[in-house]
Amino acid sequence: MSTPATALKTTPLNATHRKLGAKMVDFGGWDMPVQYSGIIDEHKAVREAVGLFDVSHMGEIEVTGPEALECVEFATTNAASKLTEGQAQYSGLLYEHGGFVDDILVHKVHDDSYFICCNASNQEKDFEHLAALNKFQAEVVFASDRYAQLAIQGPKGLPTLQKLTKTELAPIKYYHFTDGEVSGTPARIARTGYTGEDGFEIYIDPDEAERIWNEVMEAGREFGIKPCGLGARNTLRLESKMALYGHEIDASLTPFEADLAWIVKLDKGEFNGRDALAKQKAGGVKRKLVGFEMTGRGIGRDGYEVYLDGAPAGWVTSGGPSPTLCKNIGLCYLPVDRAKPGESIQIMIRNQPVDAVTVPTPFYKRAK
Amino acid sequence: MYPENLNYTKEHEWVRVEGDTGVIGITDHAQKELGDIVYVDLPKVGASAEKGKTLGSVESVKAVSDVYAPVSGEVMEVNELLATAPEKLNEDPHGAAWLVKIKLSNPEEIKQLLSAADYQTYVGAE
Repeated sequence: MSTPATALKTTPLNATHRKLGAKMVDFGGWDMPVQYSGIIDEHKAVREAVGLFDVSHMGEIEVTGPEALECVEFATTNAASKLTEGQAQYSGLLYEHGGFVDDILVHKVHDDSYFICCNASNQEKDFEHLAALNKFQAEVVFASDRYAQLAIQGPKGLPTLQKLTKTELAPIKYYHFTDGEVSGTPARIARTGYTGEDGFEIYIDPDEAERIWNEVMEAGREFGIKPCGLGARNTLRLESKMALYGHEIDASLTPFEADLAWIVKLDKGEFNGRDALAKQKAGGVKRKLVGFEMTGRGIGRDGYEVYLDGAPAGWVTSGGPSPTLCKNIGLCYLPVDRAKPGESIQIMIRNQPVDAVTVPTPFYKRAK
Repeated sequence: MYPENLNYTKEHEWVRVEGDTGVIGITDHAQKELGDIVYVDLPKVGASAEKGKTLGSVESVKAVSDVYAPVSGEVMEVNELLATAPEKLNEDPHGAAWLVKIKLSNPEEIKQLLSAADYQTYVGAE
């Protein structure tokens, strides 16, 4: 096992991961655990019981001041004005041409205070983007250094975390959060996640991260908690059809193309990228994201070409085995008139066309 | 831990010589690095394998890894077990989960491969 190059960034839990025997990888400049016991084992722990993820690499940006809402509204695609205190919302940060700067979670803390969680490798870019758009009586603050983030995901996530906090977790609704304490340290406790399973994400003081990690592991022991890496995080989010920046979305793709029209509120007033999106909507979207499942032998993976009627027509954004469904699944871009379930497609795997069929998404939806 | 009767490559394949046949597989180190193996792509019987060229591929949940032919020859048999149970490669990479058997066209090539001790040193030092 190699030691991390000095250039790689680390979370406060780096030594903990190494102690647990995690396999570490360079993830967008971060030295992160990709797996501990194995991706399939960790994936199943989250679907059936509970898994613990270190997601401290994620970025945090705070927008505060009398016009904090106006600032957030102008910079994002979803309607932040609809948020109530203690509610979170999935949203997009766009360039003026309508492509993604990033996808983010906006949390309304108070009328004059919003908390944004964004992708690790985009955080500096996001901050500069927000700061440049901030022509309001608001302050945009880069806050990543003040937070470690842990995700406690799975049906046993609630009883695990409940042992460590006086905050009653059951009443917190999905995509809501509350500020409380976990094991004596201040924590923002959000019922959010990137797994398609019930669970929580907590934002805590980085100095407390190792202690809290160990206490969560201990609290979850009776449920069979497992530490989980980025490998399982990816298979879990793919089954739930959650976008990953650099794959389903990037600067060249718009929310309409990425099948994320639901996070675009064209009628909310002016926002960065709105004109380009309105124009695209009027002119008709040309390509769109759709799910597929392999019918032939092979695994369609990220970047592979997709053929329709014997000609190249699109590409796979994410693809791989689904541990829950025991099928090979993926997402791909196709011309919009064919980006619907039931189309026969071929995926070029090492220069061989292999049959697949487009299917409805999400691939997996948890029972409520 | 690496069996003495196998010969190894730096690309983490092994060969076991049985008369004029070479049984080819991937090493325990390779399966550990890959993680959960979910798919194995092997050549057809009758295909020719050329030393150093791609013989097939092994896929884990996360990635695709090429397998290179450690020696040259004609593919005589492929391990059908791996079509339905690729996870056997994680369990028994030096035994039941061999990949292909080839008829050696140049048995001298074996001499260029690593011994168990040398391979152990090589992966230990990685």
